[in-house]
Amino acid sequence: MNVPSPAMLSAKNFKSDTKPIWCPGCGDYAVLTSLTRALASLGRPPEEVAMISGIGCSSRIPAYMNCYGFHGVHGRALPLATGLKVARPDLTVIAAGGDGDGYSIGGNHFMHACRRNVDLTYIVMDNHVYGMTKGQSSPTTEPDWDNALTPGGTGVRPFQPLVVALASGANFVARAFSGDIVGTADIMTQAIKSPGFSLVEVLSPCVTFRPEQREWKDLVRPSPVPATDDPARAARRLMTDDGFNIGVLYTGQRQPYRPKGSETEKSLDALCQEFVI
Amino acid sequence: MSDARQQRMLLTGNHAVAWAARLARPKVVPGYPITPQTPILEKLTEFHASGELDAELITPESEHSVMAACIPASLTGVRVFTATASQGLLLMHELLHYASGARAPIVMANVNRTPASPWGFWPDQTDSVAQRDTGWIQFYSESAQESLDTVIQAFRVAEAVLVPTMVNHDAFYVSHAVEPVEVPHQDVVDGFLPAYSPPHRIDPQNPESWGNVVTQEMYNRHRRDLGEALARVPEVALQADREWGALTGRSWGIVERYRCEGAATVIVTMGSMCGTVRDAVDALRQSGHAAGLLKIRLFRPLPVEALRAALVGVPDVVVLDRNYSPGHGGVLHQELRAALYGIDKAPRIHGLLAGVGGMNVSAERIADLVRETVVGAPRAESVWVK
Ligand SMILES: Cc1ncc(C[n+]2csc(CCOP(=O)(O)OP(=O)(O)O)c2C)c(N)n1
Ligand code: SF4
Repeated sequence: MNVPSPAMLSAKNFKSDTKPIWCPGCGDYAVLTSLTRALASLGRPPEEVAMISGIGCSSRIPAYMNCYGFHGVHGRALPLATGLKVARPDLTVIAAGGDGDGYSIGGNHFMHACRRNVDLTYIVMDNHVYGMTKGQSSPTTEPDWDNALTPGGTGVRPFQPLVVALASGANFVARAFSGDIVGTADIMTQAIKSPGFSLVEVLSPCVTFRPEQREWKDLVRPSPVPATDDPARAARRLMTDDGFNIGVLYTGQRQPYRPKGSETEKSLDALCQEFVI
Repeated sequence: MSDARQQRMLLTGNHAVAWAARLARPKVVPGYPITPQTPILEKLTEFHASGELDAELITPESEHSVMAACIPASLTGVRVFTATASQGLLLMHELLHYASGARAPIVMANVNRTPASPWGFWPDQTDSVAQRDTGWIQFYSESAQESLDTVIQAFRVAEAVLVPTMVNHDAFYVSHAVEPVEVPHQDVVDGFLPAYSPPHRIDPQNPESWGNVVTQEMYNRHRRDLGEALARVPEVALQADREWGALTGRSWGIVERYRCEGAATVIVTMGSMCGTVRDAVDALRQSGHAAGLLKIRLFRPLPVEALRAALVGVPDVVVLDRNYSPGHGGVLHQELRAALYGIDKAPRIHGLLAGVGGMNVSAERIADLVRETVVGAPRAESVWVK
């Protein structure tokens, strides 16, 4: 594929020829559009970008993109992305997946990725359901949501991704809504630019197993206050959050994790010199 | 035989498993969904919701947590059931060893599906044969009816020897195919499965502990104890199967011989492919080739004595493996060679990697493969065929 100069990149340069097999109306289509637009606006050529995912409908996203892609195993997008980033700090590494993948089976990795603060962007397409396995409760599902595996609901308190991210040390924490393509692309752009670990939690409806999520478009609203760099303020705001405030919550100042020795990276010439006898 | 003691229903393999689990009256059922196992969990949930299953159903955050929950639940002295497939089974691996070491007689259904990578949803037994060294008893079933009967028998066997037991059936061919299934009456199963009462259990009145650090000597003894328990399995399983036969009119053996009398060639395989091989055997016999099928139902422990008795003096054995151990070949092929090594009148053993990755192998193709294979000398390695 002929890739134009960075200044000329468009979203199309980041889309692959593979046609998505998501259900018509799935929120993930719009996430794909936002992400490809964000990458185009950043001007990084596709060969400097890597998309790493787990398993789920949402985790199919690398196949639909034109950049390096890795469709991993269920729940392990973040450890995979971490390994890639420390080996190739020069790449823009984006991890992506669903709420089941990231907060259930991969929940422990989520906390530790926030703590470690490796320079990654994590995009979670949150539809409050395991879509791929046909509609079971995930950690973010409402406790009373009725489904085949937990009739009447799990009765279990939902997982709070933004609270956990903030408490665990993520450097950038935001919520987006897939239906707002422009706004989501803008949040993703900021997230990728922000050093350290960035969480972009995207409300992305599953129209097949949660058709009522079509109403999310009427429930979401721009967050009434701008982003803060004060974790205490961000935490207070989350205390009154109903899950539908959209925007960047927190942009911190923590130094991102650096692989040992990366500051003193030697040039190839210097390395060659060491081997001269 | 539909009678007052059983009722005929149209069930998929997965729903037959759920019925069996319900009839065994487990008290704890942890589960994490994965294609193609999910309908087992959904059916059990339906039974629970309608009050027909009195158990604690929990949905932990992964299969690793599922098996972790199963072990202590089982050690309290209650029946525990779970189900998984493919990646889920692989993720459990660490705790599969733990469960057999802790002598927790959990019963688990596994739906055989290709492991990643690359991703696939196809019938392939690599997921479970890769667990052969974990100390679990393993059965392979060919049909919905057999899966139902085997899950019920599995509780009996597991609890008799205190070893966890896995019942495997192939993705889609068995898990999703609908068949008429005789579902036994609850009284029949209650009579067959005595109340579970292990000699040791987690009990606050009588404190004991599990999983401690031990000396080399104790560890060594512990392994041997587990081995001795497994050595009893063929006899215990046969006895359970005979009693089940008396109650329901159905028994399956630990290996099954189909048209093996005077056979010049015996085809050995396990799982859904056995059904196809029966047709191939009929066709081969029709065309004058004396062929038979030896179906392996109990794979762990491998019933070496039964295999030797069935195959001694047979000129050619053709093993069909729907699994692949890279660098080694078909697992059944290798196991069979080891089992028959050194006996008098040992057969020539040919191994074919047939159906790996879920490839469909027709009865006609199997018949042709057998004809082509037995004319040559057995190859050292398993041979890829389509
Ligand atoms: C170890 C393991 N367990 C279970 C599965 C089955 N599985 C595939 S995707 C999935 C859940 C997907 O939910 P989510 O991450 O929310 O993504 P969505 O499909 O909703 O986009 C599950 C349970 C698996 N692939 N691997
Ligand atoms: S099942 Fe739900 S999440 Fe999966 S593609 Fe369809 S709409 Fe999207």
